[in-house]
Amino acid sequence: MIRGVALAATAALLGACATPQPQGSVVLLPDASGKATAVTVTQGARQIVLDQPYAGAQLSSEGPRPFASNAQEVHDRFGAALAARPLPPARFTLYFVEGRDEFTPESKKVIDAIFGEIARRPVPDVQVIGHTDALGADAVNDPLSRQRAEVVRNGLVARGVPADRVVASGRGKREPAVATADGVAEPRNRRVEILVR
Amino acid sequence: MRPHFRAAMLAASLAVTAAMAEDVGQIKVANGQVVVDRAGRPLPARIGMPLAAADVIRTGADGSVGITMRDNSLLSAGPNSVLSLDRFDFDTTTHQGRFESGLQRGTLAVVSGRIAQQSPQAMTVRTPSAVLGVRGTDFVISVP
Repeated sequence: MIRGVALAATAALLGACATPQPQGSVVLLPDASGKATAVTVTQGARQIVLDQPYAGAQLSSEGPRPFASNAQEVHDRFGAALAARPLPPARFTLYFVEGRDEFTPESKKVIDAIFGEIARRPVPDVQVIGHTDALGADAVNDPLSRQRAEVVRNGLVARGVPADRVVASGRGKREPAVATADGVAEPRNRRVEILVR
Repeated sequence: MRPHFRAAMLAASLAVTAAMAEDVGQIKVANGQVVVDRAGRPLPARIGMPLAAADVIRTGADGSVGITMRDNSLLSAGPNSVLSLDRFDFDTTTHQGRFESGLQRGTLAVVSGRIAQQSPQAMTVRTPSAVLGVRGTDFVISVP
Protein backbone atom coordinates (compact mmCIF):
# COMPACT_ATOMS: atom_id res chain seq x y z
CA MET A 1 0.00 0.00 0.00
CA ILE A 2 2.71 2.46 1.06
CA ARG A 3 4.77 1.32 -1.88
CA GLY A 4 1.85 2.06 -4.18
CA VAL A 5 1.62 5.65 -2.91
CA ALA A 6 5.39 6.10 -3.28
CA LEU A 7 5.22 4.85 -6.86
CA ALA A 8 2.35 7.21 -7.66
CA ALA A 9 4.29 10.14 -6.16
CA THR A 10 7.37 9.21 -8.21
CA ALA A 11 5.27 8.98 -11.34
CA ALA A 12 3.78 12.43 -10.60
CA LEU A 13 7.27 13.84 -10.11
CA LEU A 14 8.51 12.31 -13.36
CA GLY A 15 5.43 13.65 -15.05
CA ALA A 16 6.26 17.15 -13.82
CA CYS A 17 9.85 16.80 -15.06
CA ALA A 18 8.62 15.76 -18.49
CA THR A 19 6.63 18.95 -19.13
CA PRO A 20 7.30 19.49 -22.84
CA GLN A 21 10.02 22.06 -23.42
CA PRO A 22 9.24 24.37 -26.37
CA GLN A 23 11.91 23.97 -29.03
CA GLY A 24 10.60 26.17 -31.81
CA SER A 25 8.07 25.91 -34.58
CA VAL A 26 7.65 25.31 -38.29
CA VAL A 27 4.91 26.70 -40.56
CA LEU A 28 4.23 25.78 -44.18
CA LEU A 29 3.40 28.83 -46.30
CA PRO A 30 1.15 28.88 -49.37
CA ASP A 31 3.09 28.13 -52.55
CA ALA A 32 3.23 31.19 -54.80
CA SER A 33 2.51 29.10 -57.91
CA GLY A 34 -0.30 27.16 -56.22
CA LYS A 35 1.54 23.82 -56.39
CA ALA A 36 1.06 21.17 -53.72
CA THR A 37 3.89 21.37 -51.20
CA ALA A 38 4.87 19.65 -47.98
CA VAL A 39 7.43 19.59 -45.21
CA THR A 40 8.00 16.62 -42.92
CA VAL A 41 8.89 17.43 -39.32
CA THR A 42 10.73 14.65 -37.47
CA GLN A 43 11.77 14.57 -33.83
CA GLY A 44 13.18 11.19 -32.87
CA ALA A 45 10.62 8.54 -33.81
CA ARG A 46 7.78 11.05 -34.17
CA GLN A 47 6.95 12.66 -37.48
CA ILE A 48 4.20 14.90 -38.76
CA VAL A 49 3.66 16.15 -42.29
CA LEU A 50 2.66 19.75 -43.00
CA ASP A 51 0.86 19.85 -46.33
CA GLN A 52 -1.73 22.63 -46.01
CA PRO A 53 -1.08 26.39 -46.12
CA TYR A 54 -0.32 27.69 -42.61
CA ALA A 55 -0.20 24.18 -41.13
CA GLY A 56 2.28 24.40 -38.27
CA ALA A 57 4.26 22.15 -35.95
CA GLN A 58 5.33 23.11 -32.43
CA LEU A 59 8.64 21.43 -31.67
CA SER A 60 9.02 20.10 -28.14
CA SER A 61 10.85 17.55 -26.06
CA GLU A 62 7.77 15.33 -26.53
CA GLY A 63 7.83 15.52 -30.31
CA PRO A 64 6.15 17.77 -32.88
CA ARG A 65 2.56 18.90 -32.22
CA PRO A 66 0.35 20.20 -35.04
CA PHE A 67 -1.20 23.66 -34.81
CA ALA A 68 -2.92 26.05 -37.19
CA SER A 69 -1.08 29.29 -37.92
CA ASN A 70 -2.15 32.19 -40.13
CA ALA A 71 -0.78 35.01 -42.26
CA GLN A 72 -0.84 37.56 -39.42
CA GLU A 73 1.04 35.34 -36.98
CA VAL A 74 3.65 34.48 -39.61
CA HIS A 75 4.07 38.17 -40.41
CA ASP A 76 4.47 39.05 -36.72
CA ARG A 77 7.02 36.34 -35.95
CA PHE A 78 8.88 36.03 -39.25
CA GLY A 79 8.50 39.49 -40.75
CA ALA A 80 12.23 40.31 -40.66
CA ALA A 81 13.26 36.96 -42.17
CA LEU A 82 10.63 37.25 -44.91
CA ALA A 83 11.60 40.87 -45.65
CA ALA A 84 15.22 39.75 -46.19
CA ARG A 85 14.22 37.17 -48.80
CA PRO A 86 16.14 37.73 -52.06
CA LEU A 87 14.18 38.52 -55.23
CA PRO A 88 13.25 35.25 -56.91
CA PRO A 89 15.24 34.56 -60.09
CA ALA A 90 13.79 36.23 -63.20
CA ARG A 91 13.50 33.79 -66.09
CA PHE A 92 13.99 34.46 -69.81
CA THR A 93 14.14 32.17 -72.83
CA LEU A 94 16.08 32.70 -76.05
CA TYR A 95 15.55 30.78 -79.27
CA PHE A 96 18.04 30.36 -82.05
CA VAL A 97 17.55 30.76 -85.78
CA GLU A 98 17.59 27.13 -86.82
CA GLY A 99 21.06 25.72 -87.32
CA ARG A 100 22.80 29.00 -86.50
CA ASP A 101 24.29 30.83 -83.52
CA GLU A 102 21.97 33.73 -84.19
CA PHE A 103 19.02 34.79 -82.09
CA THR A 104 15.56 35.17 -83.59
CA PRO A 105 14.28 38.80 -83.85
CA GLU A 106 11.94 38.21 -80.86
CA SER A 107 14.90 36.99 -78.83
CA LYS A 108 16.79 40.22 -79.52
CA LYS A 109 14.04 42.06 -77.62
CA VAL A 110 14.38 39.57 -74.77
CA ILE A 111 18.06 40.48 -74.49
CA ASP A 112 17.08 44.08 -73.70
CA ALA A 113 14.77 42.80 -70.96
CA ILE A 114 17.60 40.67 -69.55
CA PHE A 115 19.86 43.70 -69.27
CA GLY A 116 17.04 45.67 -67.64
CA GLU A 117 16.69 42.93 -65.03
CA ILE A 118 20.45 42.81 -64.41
CA ALA A 119 20.49 46.60 -63.86
CA ARG A 120 17.57 46.36 -61.41
CA ARG A 121 19.36 44.01 -59.00
CA PRO A 122 22.01 45.18 -56.51
CA VAL A 123 24.34 42.15 -56.88
CA PRO A 124 23.17 40.23 -59.94
CA ASP A 125 24.45 36.88 -61.10
CA VAL A 126 23.27 35.06 -64.21
CA GLN A 127 22.76 31.38 -64.93
CA VAL A 128 22.58 30.36 -68.59
CA ILE A 129 21.04 26.92 -69.09
CA GLY A 130 20.96 25.19 -72.46
CA HIS A 131 18.32 22.68 -73.54
CA THR A 132 17.92 20.37 -76.53
CA ASP A 133 14.95 18.57 -78.02
CA ALA A 134 14.48 14.83 -77.49
CA LEU A 135 16.33 13.78 -80.65
CA GLY A 136 19.47 11.80 -79.80
CA ALA A 137 21.15 10.39 -76.71
CA ASP A 138 22.26 12.21 -73.55
CA ALA A 139 25.87 11.72 -74.65
CA VAL A 140 25.11 13.98 -77.62
CA ASN A 141 22.56 16.33 -76.07
CA ASP A 142 24.40 17.12 -72.84
CA PRO A 143 27.43 18.67 -74.56
CA LEU A 144 25.19 20.28 -77.21
CA SER A 145 23.04 21.98 -74.58
CA ARG A 146 26.12 23.25 -72.75
CA GLN A 147 27.54 24.52 -76.05
CA ARG A 148 24.32 26.50 -76.69
CA ALA A 149 24.54 27.96 -73.21
CA GLU A 150 28.20 28.93 -73.81
CA VAL A 151 27.22 30.80 -76.98
CA VAL A 152 24.70 32.85 -75.01
CA ARG A 153 27.09 33.33 -72.10
CA ASN A 154 29.74 34.69 -74.47
CA GLY A 155 27.13 36.99 -76.00
CA LEU A 156 26.20 38.39 -72.58
CA VAL A 157 29.85 38.86 -71.64
CA ALA A 158 30.55 40.58 -74.98
CA ARG A 159 27.68 42.97 -74.20
CA GLY A 160 29.20 43.90 -70.85
CA VAL A 161 28.07 41.41 -68.19
CA PRO A 162 31.14 40.63 -65.98
CA ALA A 163 32.43 37.18 -66.99
CA ASP A 164 32.63 35.93 -63.41
CA ARG A 165 28.95 36.73 -62.83
CA VAL A 166 27.68 34.39 -65.58
CA VAL A 167 27.72 30.60 -65.37
CA ALA A 168 26.73 28.33 -68.27
CA SER A 169 25.41 24.79 -67.92
CA GLY A 170 23.43 22.30 -69.98
CA ARG A 171 20.40 20.18 -69.09
CA GLY A 172 20.41 18.15 -72.30
CA LYS A 173 16.90 16.88 -73.07
CA ARG A 174 15.84 16.48 -69.41
CA GLU A 175 13.63 19.56 -69.15
CA PRO A 176 11.63 20.09 -72.35
CA ALA A 177 9.45 23.19 -72.64
CA VAL A 178 7.02 21.10 -74.69
CA ALA A 179 6.58 17.44 -73.75
CA THR A 180 7.33 15.06 -76.64
CA ALA A 181 8.10 11.38 -77.05
CA ASP A 182 11.80 10.53 -76.98
CA GLY A 183 13.48 10.98 -80.35
CA VAL A 184 11.14 13.77 -81.51
CA ALA A 185 12.60 16.98 -83.01
CA GLU A 186 10.89 20.07 -81.56
CA PRO A 187 12.23 23.60 -82.20
CA ARG A 188 10.54 25.00 -79.06
CA ASN A 189 12.73 22.73 -76.96
CA ARG A 190 15.99 23.90 -78.60
CA ARG A 191 16.38 26.87 -76.37
CA VAL A 192 18.49 28.60 -73.79
CA GLU A 193 17.03 29.68 -70.49
CA ILE A 194 18.48 32.64 -68.63
CA LEU A 195 18.02 33.22 -64.92
CA VAL A 196 18.90 36.63 -63.57
CA ARG A 197 19.27 36.17 -59.81
CA MET B 1 27.68 58.02 -56.14
CA ARG B 2 25.58 54.94 -56.53
CA PRO B 3 27.49 53.45 -59.50
CA HIS B 4 30.74 53.97 -57.56
CA PHE B 5 29.25 52.29 -54.56
CA ARG B 6 28.17 49.36 -56.70
CA ALA B 7 31.56 49.11 -58.38
CA ALA B 8 33.15 49.01 -54.93
CA MET B 9 30.72 46.31 -53.84
CA LEU B 10 31.51 44.25 -56.91
CA ALA B 11 35.25 44.67 -56.35
CA ALA B 12 34.82 43.64 -52.72
CA SER B 13 32.81 40.57 -53.65
CA LEU B 14 35.37 39.60 -56.29
CA ALA B 15 38.15 39.96 -53.72
CA VAL B 16 36.37 37.50 -51.45
CA THR B 17 35.93 35.01 -54.29
CA ALA B 18 38.53 32.31 -53.87
CA ALA B 19 37.10 29.64 -56.13
CA MET B 20 33.91 30.59 -57.96
CA ALA B 21 33.22 26.97 -58.85
CA GLU B 22 33.02 26.07 -55.16
CA ASP B 23 30.50 28.77 -54.29
CA VAL B 24 27.28 27.30 -52.98
CA GLY B 25 25.39 30.57 -52.84
CA GLN B 26 25.61 34.31 -52.56
CA ILE B 27 24.47 36.90 -50.04
CA LYS B 28 21.91 39.04 -51.86
CA VAL B 29 20.49 40.96 -48.90
CA ALA B 30 22.22 42.03 -45.68
CA ASN B 31 20.88 44.42 -43.03
CA GLY B 32 22.48 45.37 -39.71
CA GLN B 33 25.10 43.10 -38.22
CA VAL B 34 25.78 39.93 -40.25
CA VAL B 35 28.87 37.78 -39.82
CA VAL B 36 30.02 34.71 -41.75
CA ASP B 37 32.09 32.23 -39.76
CA ARG B 38 34.41 30.49 -42.18
CA ALA B 39 37.00 27.98 -40.99
CA GLY B 40 36.72 29.40 -37.47
CA ARG B 41 37.20 33.00 -38.57
CA PRO B 42 34.43 35.62 -38.48
CA LEU B 43 34.14 37.65 -41.70
CA PRO B 44 31.87 40.69 -41.98
CA ALA B 45 29.15 39.81 -44.49
CA ARG B 46 28.48 42.04 -47.49
CA ILE B 47 25.95 41.80 -50.22
CA GLY B 48 27.49 40.01 -53.18
CA MET B 49 29.65 37.85 -50.90
CA PRO B 50 29.92 34.27 -52.13
CA LEU B 51 29.27 31.51 -49.61
CA ALA B 52 30.96 28.13 -49.27
CA ALA B 53 29.85 24.83 -47.76
CA ALA B 54 30.35 24.76 -43.97
CA ASP B 55 29.90 28.55 -43.65
CA VAL B 56 27.90 29.63 -40.60
CA ILE B 57 25.95 32.88 -40.92
CA ARG B 58 25.11 34.86 -37.77
CA THR B 59 22.87 37.88 -37.49
CA GLY B 60 22.87 40.41 -34.64
CA ALA B 61 19.89 41.92 -32.83
CA ASP B 62 19.40 44.37 -35.74
CA GLY B 63 20.49 41.91 -38.44
CA SER B 64 18.88 40.00 -41.28
CA VAL B 65 20.32 38.24 -44.30
CA GLY B 66 19.06 36.82 -47.61
CA ILE B 67 20.90 34.13 -49.56
CA THR B 68 20.33 32.71 -53.04
CA MET B 69 21.80 29.22 -53.39
CA ARG B 70 23.18 27.86 -56.67
CA ASP B 71 20.09 25.67 -57.12
CA ASN B 72 17.77 28.72 -56.62
CA SER B 73 16.87 27.85 -53.05
CA LEU B 74 16.27 31.09 -51.11
CA LEU B 75 17.18 31.24 -47.42
CA SER B 76 16.58 34.33 -45.31
CA ALA B 77 17.18 34.74 -41.60
CA GLY B 78 15.87 37.33 -39.16
CA PRO B 79 17.64 38.85 -36.12
CA ASN B 80 19.67 36.84 -33.58
CA SER B 81 19.90 33.86 -35.90
CA VAL B 82 22.56 31.23 -36.51
CA LEU B 83 22.32 29.43 -39.86
CA SER B 84 24.77 26.79 -41.06
CA LEU B 85 25.23 25.64 -44.67
CA ASP B 86 26.37 22.14 -43.78
CA ARG B 87 26.41 20.44 -47.14
CA PHE B 88 25.63 21.44 -50.72
CA ASP B 89 26.18 19.23 -53.77
CA PHE B 90 24.44 20.11 -57.01
CA ASP B 91 24.82 18.66 -60.51
CA THR B 92 23.67 21.38 -62.90
CA THR B 93 22.95 18.85 -65.67
CA THR B 94 20.92 16.23 -63.77
CA HIS B 95 19.86 18.41 -60.79
CA GLN B 96 20.84 15.53 -58.50
CA GLY B 97 22.32 16.71 -55.25
CA ARG B 98 22.03 17.18 -51.54
CA PHE B 99 21.44 20.32 -49.51
CA GLU B 100 21.65 20.21 -45.72
CA SER B 101 21.40 23.32 -43.63
CA GLY B 102 20.74 24.02 -39.97
CA LEU B 103 19.07 26.70 -37.89
CA GLN B 104 20.64 26.70 -34.43
CA ARG B 105 18.76 29.79 -33.27
CA GLY B 106 16.48 32.52 -34.55
CA THR B 107 14.09 32.64 -37.50
CA LEU B 108 14.49 31.35 -41.04
CA ALA B 109 12.34 31.54 -44.18
CA VAL B 110 13.01 28.96 -46.89
CA VAL B 111 11.99 28.55 -50.52
CA SER B 112 13.33 25.27 -51.84
CA GLY B 113 15.05 25.08 -55.23
CA ARG B 114 16.07 22.63 -57.93
CA ILE B 115 17.59 20.05 -55.60
CA ALA B 116 14.33 19.47 -53.70
CA GLN B 117 12.36 19.68 -56.96
CA GLN B 118 14.45 16.88 -58.49
CA SER B 119 14.61 14.62 -55.40
CA PRO B 120 12.11 15.15 -52.59
CA GLN B 121 14.44 13.58 -50.00
CA ALA B 122 17.51 15.58 -50.97
CA MET B 123 16.98 18.77 -48.95
CA THR B 124 16.85 18.87 -45.17
CA VAL B 125 16.93 21.63 -42.59
CA ARG B 126 17.95 20.71 -39.06
CA THR B 127 17.18 22.44 -35.80
CA PRO B 128 18.83 21.33 -32.54
CA SER B 129 15.82 19.05 -31.91
CA ALA B 130 14.23 18.30 -35.28
CA VAL B 131 14.88 17.40 -38.90
CA LEU B 132 12.71 18.93 -41.61
CA GLY B 133 12.37 17.08 -44.90
CA VAL B 134 11.62 19.53 -47.68
CA ARG B 135 9.30 18.29 -50.39
CA GLY B 136 8.71 21.93 -51.39
CA THR B 137 8.55 24.80 -51.25
CA ASP B 138 7.90 27.73 -48.92
CA PHE B 139 8.08 27.59 -45.12
CA VAL B 140 9.36 29.30 -41.97
CA ILE B 141 11.16 27.95 -38.90
CA SER B 142 11.89 29.43 -35.48
CA VAL B 143 14.23 28.14 -32.79
CA PRO B 144 14.31 29.82 -29.35
